[in-house]
Amino acid sequence: MAYLKDYFKSVKNGYKVKNHIVYYVLGSVFAILLVLVMTDSLDRITSSLLGRIGYTMIAAISLSLVVGFLGELSLGHAAFMALGAFIGGYMQQYTFASLTSASPLLSIIIAMLIGGTVAAIFGFIVGLPALRLKGDYLAIVTLAFCEIVKVIFQNSKKFGNGNVLETYKYDRGHLLLICLIVLFIALAVIMNLIKSKHGRAIMAIRDNEIAARAMGVNVTYYKLMVFVLSSFFAGIAGVLFANASGGVKCDNFSYDYSIDILVMVVLGGMGSIKGSMIAAALITYLDTKLPIWLNLEGNWVALPQMLYALILILIVIYTNAPKLKGIREKYNIHNGMVKVKGWIFRLFARGKYQHKPDAEHDYRADWSKVPTKIEMDAILSTDFTPDNTYVPDKPDKPKGGKN
Amino acid sequence: MSEIVLETENLGISFGGLKAAQHVNIQIKKNQLYGLIGPNGAGKTTIFNLLTGVYQPTEGTFRLCGEELTGLSQAQINKKGIARTFQNIRLFNNMSVMKNVMVGLANRPEFKCNFLQSIFRTKRFYDVEAAMRKKAIELLEVFGLAEERAQLASNLPYGKQRKLEIARALATDPKLLLLDEPAAGMNPQETEELMNTIRFVRDNFDMTILLIEHDMKLVAGICEEITVLNFGQQLAHGNVKEVLNDPEVIKAYLGDEEADS
Amino acid sequence: MLGFITTFIDGLSLGGVYALIALGYTMVYGIAKMLNFAHGDIIMVGCYTIAVFFASIGLPLVTILIAIIVCVIFGICVERLAYRPLRGASPLAVLITAIGVSYLLQSLAQIIFGVTPRNVVLFKLGTVNVLGLKLKVDTLITLFVAAAIMIGLTLFVNKTKTGRAMLAVSEDRGAAQLMGISVNAIIAITFAIGSALAAVAGSFTIMTTFEVKNTMGALPGIKAFTAAVIGGIGSIPGAMLGGLLLGVIEMFCNSSDLASYTIAIEFSLLILILLVKPTGLLGKKRREKV
Repeated sequence: MAYLKDYFKSVKNGYKVKNHIVYYVLGSVFAILLVLVMTDSLDRITSSLLGRIGYTMIAAISLSLVVGFLGELSLGHAAFMALGAFIGGYMQQYTFASLTSASPLLSIIIAMLIGGTVAAIFGFIVGLPALRLKGDYLAIVTLAFCEIVKVIFQNSKKFGNGNVLETYKYDRGHLLLICLIVLFIALAVIMNLIKSKHGRAIMAIRDNEIAARAMGVNVTYYKLMVFVLSSFFAGIAGVLFANASGGVKCDNFSYDYSIDILVMVVLGGMGSIKGSMIAAALITYLDTKLPIWLNLEGNWVALPQMLYALILILIVIYTNAPKLKGIREKYNIHNGMVKVKGWIFRLFARGKYQHKPDAEHDYRADWSKVPTKIEMDAILSTDFTPDNTYVPDKPDKPKGGKN
Repeated sequence: MSEIVLETENLGISFGGLKAAQHVNIQIKKNQLYGLIGPNGAGKTTIFNLLTGVYQPTEGTFRLCGEELTGLSQAQINKKGIARTFQNIRLFNNMSVMKNVMVGLANRPEFKCNFLQSIFRTKRFYDVEAAMRKKAIELLEVFGLAEERAQLASNLPYGKQRKLEIARALATDPKLLLLDEPAAGMNPQETEELMNTIRFVRDNFDMTILLIEHDMKLVAGICEEITVLNFGQQLAHGNVKEVLNDPEVIKAYLGDEEADS
Repeated sequence: MLGFITTFIDGLSLGGVYALIALGYTMVYGIAKMLNFAHGDIIMVGCYTIAVFFASIGLPLVTILIAIIVCVIFGICVERLAYRPLRGASPLAVLITAIGVSYLLQSLAQIIFGVTPRNVVLFKLGTVNVLGLKLKVDTLITLFVAAAIMIGLTLFVNKTKTGRAMLAVSEDRGAAQLMGISVNAIIAITFAIGSALAAVAGSFTIMTTFEVKNTMGALPGIKAFTAAVIGGIGSIPGAMLGGLLLGVIEMFCNSSDLASYTIAIEFSLLILILLVKPTGLLGKKRREKV
């Protein structure tokens, strides 16, 4: 109860609104879709597209954890999904087939747990080289792992011997809702992890591994944790993939698919979970719709891929080229976004929450005149400002007349 | 006689055949400001790397407050109480100033909050997070960085980056602070300010400090005891005035006059 | 026994092709310090060039020459447009760009040429009997040309001024620049040489597979990277050794019961070597300075 009270108090203060806006959006989407599914007003094509968007988003945010936050490039994400898809799908279809027909919901939950766990175990194994290898080498190792998994599944008779592994035919609408709930859980786990001291340790490893070690960060533990968590959710996304597409085959999971997801993560902005989600949704949507809109036929179906590749190159050059630093600072997209975010946030919080500059204390303490005694209590009260979010340049209320 | 914080015994390391450091014996007392000087390539940073676990010594041992630390990993050594800064600044550039300090704070026992508590956002998590923020701002305050706390570390000017590195090291609550050329790239006035800060840190944080420095003015100004290294070996050691007037030391820095003539 | 030797020679020939591609990887990695993910797709560019010009001109050697020129231009353009702006940026950014370039080339090829493989028969070569062994002529040609190119390249790097400048840049870019070496020019030359070798490797691939398609460069590219890693990345003799080794291993796997696992075996070897001896057979160890 006390927890809830705290929660509503912080919602009132605007803190929660700002951080949880993505949950509110997702919750609203879920509510709308729930009504649509219950009233049977979604057609098959739309609901299967939305389901695809759902599991792609799960795959993208889990890869974002590795690439955007740990700073390691993994090209093996498709392999983790393949493990989930084949093992989860196979179990649903054969190992507990009777359960699947009796209670499809329970069946998919168990399949997701098993598929996720198997993928997580392999994530641990792939995480081990990540302790020794960096950058290009790790990318190649994960790519090699991806191809090895594919070849093994191709040659295994149990998993269709390279043919299609049929899965249980779920109602598209129901599957869509399951996808959304899982997305919600994955998002909450990943976001909560990142916005905690563990997340900061992970980002510290990304920014400077040597300094992170010197600051007491247990690099081994965090690297493995990220790989395990990321592959766990990738495995779950794989199970959903298998069920949503009605059948899977090895060719679905070559390293090209890893790169597709990587493109989403990079286009969404490295180190931004929300960005990866938006990019995943947008690209999956455009993948289906662009060929129809543009009347693409024959060879021209590769046009969207070409455009993504082009945009990817341009964005990476724009955000990373040392020579474009001046331009980046002049036209800062991030600052613009922050401004918009602040605007939206103020709309929600209705001016209740502001940054309060501490009037009594002069922060611009001269470097030469360091205070001789630390005045613990004169220092900022716990206003709980998340330090990476919007702090208005000008306080909304006039400065003067404060206690 | 105050207690000894750091004691090395015949500490040394060789890379293949190259003896980068050998027979280093240093004793640092509590609250001391100890200097480690020597010409380029004398093995000063190597000693730091040995003391922080970046390299494992091939010979000898070292103890912190009587506790044997030889062979521990970097993170373990940090937790035992040795923190450092780097010669070429190594901040977490894409994180805010405040988060840089909070990474340092994370291992303090009072901020213990495990993975599940963080994921499920228990009350403990919010309490710890609030306390960490408060502590981080306190620390930044001391270094005059509190106002820039929301900025990215990479956007700070050079001098403030150096200060942030010290603040971050102090955040780990060390017993011994290692500063690797803190005055590198600073002008005389900034160096003067830095000296004040180092003294301030020593007095107010009850800290023992070992520093590497090339700037003799800084060394002579604040160090109480120094050790001179040359070719990985201890050349001289003692109080500043004596050591800096030692003919051997002058020879090491300026070269052998007789050999040159 | 005869079968064994034939397989071995076939392996060496395939290994020669891998070695040529691996040389491109290893030189670029050593000098520009980046993994050129799109290197394999340069092979594809070369092969399509051959396919197009062979259909119109019909002279095999001339088409190969044209392919080399086109690939060199392509390599330099890719370096200039995509990689040079990122010099000094984080390795992750460069790698992602390289992946983007690879993707771009593949989809571009698909738009222009479609997905159906094109058949190209450059030469009609039979087999010869050497000491009782039945060997394919193209195998022998591949082997000899690859050997000649490798010897030429080694001489070039060690004896010419440009080659030594390359070594200097790979050792220490900053110092090389201070010595008056134009780092940009050297890196461009490196990409040019790598691309030319890729074109040659592409023509050999056509000689054995007789077909061209838009994804043909990806897998040989990664395998050649494996070869470069086995030999020790950044080392020219290492790339040759690794290439030959990998070719022989692949041929023996293909002729055994494990044929369908060949890729898995090769990649397991890659992972194993990276874990046990990341510097490869002939690579140098580098320590990160703290």
